Amino acid sequence: MDINDLRGVSTLFMLVTFIGLVAWAYGRKQQEPFDDAANLPFADQEVAERTRSEVLDRD
Amino acid sequence: MATDGIETLPVTYNYKVVRQFAIMTVVWGIVGMGIGVWIAAQLAWPALNFDLPWTSFGRLRPLHTNAVIFAFGGSALFATSYYVVQRTCQARLLSDGLAAFTFWGWQAVIVAAAITLPMGITSSKEYAELEWPIDVLLAIVWIVYAVVFFGTIMKRQVEHIYVANWFFGAFIVTVTILHTVNSAALPVSMTKSYSAYAGAVDAMVQWWYGHNAVGFFLTAGFLGMMYYFVPKQAERPVYSYRLSIVHFWALISIYIWAGPHHLHYTALPDWAQSLGMVMSLILLAPSWGGMINGIMTLSGAWDKLKDDPILRFLVVSLSFYGMSTFEGPMMAIKTVNSLSHYTDWTIGHVHSGALGWVAMISIGSLYHLIPKLFGKEQMYSVALINLHFWMSTIGTVLYIASMWVNGIMQGLMWRAYNEDGTLTYTFVESLVASHPGYVVRMIGGLIFFSGMLVMAYNVWMTTRRDVPLAISNSETVAATV
Repeated sequence: MDINDLRGVSTLFMLVTFIGLVAWAYGRKQQEPFDDAANLPFADQEVAERTRSEVLDRD
Repeated sequence: MATDGIETLPVTYNYKVVRQFAIMTVVWGIVGMGIGVWIAAQLAWPALNFDLPWTSFGRLRPLHTNAVIFAFGGSALFATSYYVVQRTCQARLLSDGLAAFTFWGWQAVIVAAAITLPMGITSSKEYAELEWPIDVLLAIVWIVYAVVFFGTIMKRQVEHIYVANWFFGAFIVTVTILHTVNSAALPVSMTKSYSAYAGAVDAMVQWWYGHNAVGFFLTAGFLGMMYYFVPKQAERPVYSYRLSIVHFWALISIYIWAGPHHLHYTALPDWAQSLGMVMSLILLAPSWGGMINGIMTLSGAWDKLKDDPILRFLVVSLSFYGMSTFEGPMMAIKTVNSLSHYTDWTIGHVHSGALGWVAMISIGSLYHLIPKLFGKEQMYSVALINLHFWMSTIGTVLYIASMWVNGIMQGLMWRAYNEDGTLTYTFVESLVASHPGYVVRMIGGLIFFSGMLVMAYNVWMTTRRDVPLAISNSETVAATV
């Protein structure tokens, strides 16, 4: 065992983590939460409208 | 609205600090690009340095890079990140006072840079030239920025943290680390310090910083813009949210290793050079994943490009991003680098990223942003946005094409040998051959710079409350709030 074994193991660890990440992101369980998240730029009409009136009223 | 019985005012966004940064983005863009045109002209006609130390190329060049990266790009990043984090978290910035501090603090850093760099006060580290007192101020401003940004995420009214905020967040955290480590130095006076590192280690730390300034300051932050403004302007959610998650983790974990490609064939250990090359090649995958995700957001709505110049800015910036992130890994291959390094090809590559990607996505985002910040339906003149789009595109293409020609020619001339082993060309011969390219580059830059003046006029007319929209706008796109 020397430092190079640790380097090999860490590379393997990163690869497994990445594959795990892809599997998680493309899993069916994430479909709904991701759809919600993807729509966040379109979900704040009320606050945006209120801010717009505030902007128009500014001195 | 509070549900625990305590009366609170309905939440609104802090647009003031966004307005300030947005306006200063245009101002610093004009200043930084103007200096760029000047030093491009100096390379074609050296007499334009006026034989003064303060206006010599060696002092103005860092002023140009600092002004466009940190003043123009930095202000654009502050403006868009403060806007996006509020709108996607449905929460006001953590503190109006701290946000105002980041605005005035950042402007102070820029002014200090504009004074000290022409005076020749420099640490001589590329893209980190500022001397230690300014570095300290920059670090303080940056940490307050992180507090405001992450504090706003913590008080969000929605469950998810939108992907744009992940990119902005990674950019803020990583720049804190890069700046602190690379700027570590021993001060000997108020205007002079020595780096904490020496020799090859100093070079490696510098380019670990330098390439991640590209990767995090000039890429991750602007990808944050892409993930908000492209969907918003196209009026449809991003092509694949799953891909955006993979894009994020792959990009940030690979970029950090690519720095050694700036040090091929130097005293850096060979294994480190090869590692940097391989990591740079792998980087193509996440870069293109992100580009495809942005462009495909328009899938099924390509017709919008026909009459929306803002969307055109955003999509063409992604095309330039794809092009320069293909060119980059190619130039990181050691054999290609032996031809391209130290030639104008590198400068062309940087500007295909800086003008084509960074500036054009910022400009597109600002055209979306500015009317909203001033309570208008859209920009004063959409026709002028279209004019600006064509000026930016033509200017960028002239710039990068002339630098490709110059760079490859210089590389080939410098490596040409006669049969007896002597050099075929003197350095001056390659310089003379480069002159036409320098003139074309200056013209390209001048066109791009003039586009910023068109933008300044359009922005000025949009901010004026007594001016209605230009008549030519009647047939153009409707803006969303």
